[in-house]
Parts: sequence; C-alpha cells; structure tokens
Amino acid sequence: MTASLLTRPHATAPVRASRPRRRLTPGRPIPFGAALGPLLLLAAWAAGSATGWLDPRTVSAPWTVLTTAGDLIADGRLQDNLAVSAQRAGLGLAFGTVIGTLLALVAGLSRWGEAILDGPIQIKRAIPALALIPLLILWLGIGEQMKVTTITLGVLVPVYIHTHNGLRSIDSRYVELGDSLRLSRAVFLRRIVLPGALPGFLLGMRFAVVGAWLALVVVEQINSTSGIGYMMDLARQYGQTDVIIVGLVLYGLLGLLSDGLVRLVQRRTLSWRRTLAD
Amino acid sequence: MATHAGGLTEARPVRVQGLSRGFGDRTVLDDLDVQIDAGEFVALLGRSGSGKSTLLRALAGLDGDQRGAGVVDVPENSSVVFQDARLLPWQRVLDNVVLGLRGPDAPGRGRAALAEVGLAGRERAWPNELSGGEQQRVALARALVSEPQLLLADEPFGALDALTRLRMHGLLRELCTRHRPAVLLVTHDVDEAVTLADRVLLLDAGRIAIDLAIDLPTPRSHRQPQFLAYRESLLRALGVDPTEG
Repeated sequence: MTASLLTRPHATAPVRASRPRRRLTPGRPIPFGAALGPLLLLAAWAAGSATGWLDPRTVSAPWTVLTTAGDLIADGRLQDNLAVSAQRAGLGLAFGTVIGTLLALVAGLSRWGEAILDGPIQIKRAIPALALIPLLILWLGIGEQMKVTTITLGVLVPVYIHTHNGLRSIDSRYVELGDSLRLSRAVFLRRIVLPGALPGFLLGMRFAVVGAWLALVVVEQINSTSGIGYMMDLARQYGQTDVIIVGLVLYGLLGLLSDGLVRLVQRRTLSWRRTLAD
Repeated sequence: MATHAGGLTEARPVRVQGLSRGFGDRTVLDDLDVQIDAGEFVALLGRSGSGKSTLLRALAGLDGDQRGAGVVDVPENSSVVFQDARLLPWQRVLDNVVLGLRGPDAPGRGRAALAEVGLAGRERAWPNELSGGEQQRVALARALVSEPQLLLADEPFGALDALTRLRMHGLLRELCTRHRPAVLLVTHDVDEAVTLADRVLLLDAGRIAIDLAIDLPTPRSHRQPQFLAYRESLLRALGVDPTEG
C-alpha cells in the first residue's frame, strides 16, 4: 500500500456554501409534534362553536363540555365511572396480552401449534365483538365476567397477530447462529426469539390498548349500571349532548395516553433500531 | 486424496470420511475425505459452487435436513464465523460476545476477548454503531471466547474492503497462534489462503483436487518467490491464467 492511498488531500473539494442536497429522510423532529394534530382539532371545534356554525343542541361547545366535566367531577360521578371502566379495561388488557403473547409463541415456535391455533384466531378476528356479546351474555351473564371476557377477546387478537408476525419475520440467519452456538431452548427464546419479536409485540400493544377502550364502549352500553359507557348511554336518553361529549373526549384522551405510553416503551426498548423516523 | 500424514498419538479434531452431499439430483460433495490436525490452519479454496460452504456447513452441523452420507467427526467445542458478522442487533456488543457462553465469569471472559480483538471499551455499543470490520472483529471474539478446538470460518472477510481485510488477516493469524484451534477457512481468495494457511485444500466438483502444504515462514510476503509459486499453481488449478491481469 502506498501513502497516497491512505492520505486524502483536503483542499481539493470545493466547499458547498448554500443549499445542502435534498435528503430523503422526513427531516428534523418537530418539538411537541405529537400534540399538534389534536390541538388543531380542538381549535376547529372551538371556532365552530363560537361562530354558531355548530348547533349547541347537537354538539356542545368545548367550554360547556369543560364545565359539565367540572360538575361531574364535583359530584363524583366521573371518577367513580372512570375507575370502574379503567378496572375493566385494565383486566381485559392484562388477560388479553398474556393470552395473545402465549398463543403467538406457541403458534410461532411449533408447526403443530400454528396448525391448531392460527385458524381459530383468524376466525375470531373476522367476528366483531358486538356480534359475540349475545352469546357471551347467555354463557356468562351480564356481570363483570362477560365484560372482561369481551375486552380480553378484543385485545388478544392484535397482540397475537403482530407478535406472531414479529416472530415469523425473525431472520433465519439468527436461528442458524443459535444452532451454531448450540444455544439451549431457553437462551434461544430469551436472547433471540423474544427480543426479535418485541417490535411486533409492541405494535400489537398499540392496537390492543386502544382496542381495550373500544371494546369497553360496546360492553358498557349494554345492560350496564356503571362505567363511562353507561354514563354516556344515560345521557343519550336525557339528550345531554355535553355529557356524551365528555365521555367521548375521555375515551379519546385515554386512548391517546395509553398509545403514547406504549410508544414511550417502544422508544426505550427499541433504541438499537435505526429507522426512517430517527 | 486428502490423507495427511501424522503421528498416531496426534489429536485429530476433524475427521471426515466418505462425505457425500447433494441438492436434488445434483451432487455437491462426492465421497470426500478430510482430516485436520489439532492447531492446524487449513484453507479451503474453490470456485463458487464447488461445495466449499456445503462442506463447512456439514462440519458445523448446520445441514441437518440435507440428503447425504458419510462420517463427520468434529470436536464438541467448535465455533463458526459467517461471512456477515451476524450480530444480534438488539444485544449490546458484550452480550453478543458471551451469547451462549457457559462457565464462570462469562462477562469477564467476554471483555478479555473483546480486548484481544482491539475493541476494549466498546462493550456497551450497539452492533449498528460499529463499522463492518469492527462487527467482524466482534464475531471473531464471539467465536474464540469459548476456546474452541475447531474454528470454522465461511469467507469471513469477503464483505470487507481491501485495507480492512489485510488488517483482519494479521489479527486472525495472531489469534490463532495464541489459541491454537484447528481452523477451516473457506475462501475464494488464493492470496488469502497462501498467506494464512498451513495447508490449502482445493475443492473441485465435490472432490479434493489439491492438498498442498504451505511451507513458508510467517509473516509471509507476496514478494517471496515460493509464495508466488504456490499462488501460481493454485490459480492454474482454479482455471485462471496467473500471467493475465
């Protein structure tokens, strides 16, 4: 090797002063960018109400909704219903996540597991929760059991689908590496399978947390005596638009918050990834 | 054929007898015999499609579902270095090195192995943050940390640039002198084979066409006349005219 190959002259390249070349990345992240869309929506709503373009009988103004929320908190109804709802959603989410992950592992790691499990779960996926409720009421009654079961069924599907897909897309070269290092099944699972499926699992969780709140609406508006959905259904009977919107906003906020939480976990645990978004 | 004379007491980590492998109705390896002594560095040359990688995969036990016959006797403790570094992107460098490592003080041994390949201080880095050469050095550390009796390397420097490759040659020779594993290095690079190996096997149409002991002092130089002679005979056997280009 000669020296000329290794030392690169610096002075020859002209310095490009003005515009850098257009790049294909989306550019710098916008500060508080995640809040921008919802805030714009809120502004449009406020403007519509202030100008009278939105009829207060069908859509209450943001400030009316805010005072109604204040009243509901003052007499304790909002907290009580929220606590009941949160417990249902949380339980369903926990059961659904565990069951969905286990099913995905079994189906992803064994041919028999896939042959037996994948079909029924795809069938469940095609059946809406609403259509299952009459049957679940006959089986489990109208109590908490039926509600949590419905949410669980709604949650386990996205967790299963995305975790299974994540598992299946683990590069076969890593499996070969595991073979060449004679990894035990446990180490293979912990070091290669689970971290490899984690991006898929977390994507499934993003669908699952929102899905848990969605399933909640369905179960709480049928034969229920407590919860946010019940509060909204009652308001419908009395024509209280503002209370309905309080419930809607609450669902929206809960969904946004839980999704944000999963995304935070995503960013923390997948910091090894370099993607278009970085 | 591939019979290499040796004393009866000498350990033979690799003994392959009558090995045949095929894909469909195509025979890739045809009744092959190979032996590698303890601490011996063997380079396996051949054109692409000559069955080099198939032989290596058979020795590594990575061809479980293939049609074939023959006896493959390799030490329990063997390691593979692939052409790509094959580091787990979700594990930090040190965790990659000690992946599957048994015995006491795995992190300590992993750190020592990283220091040996010149990557002390990069234990906490992600594989994505390393250059191609550095990633391959981590793969070497992972392969050697378990003190294998046999190191199987499948064109480990094929994806590296020429300068990095030269540096890796020096590193590999140094590591092998220190740890003394038996080595089977699959390569298509004649210079690489003559520079590094004690013995060069040339695979052609599923058989060992040449078994050539390289009797040169190390470090070897391309300017040694004997080096050029070895190079020429191997190139000719590969069907390349060494005077061209």
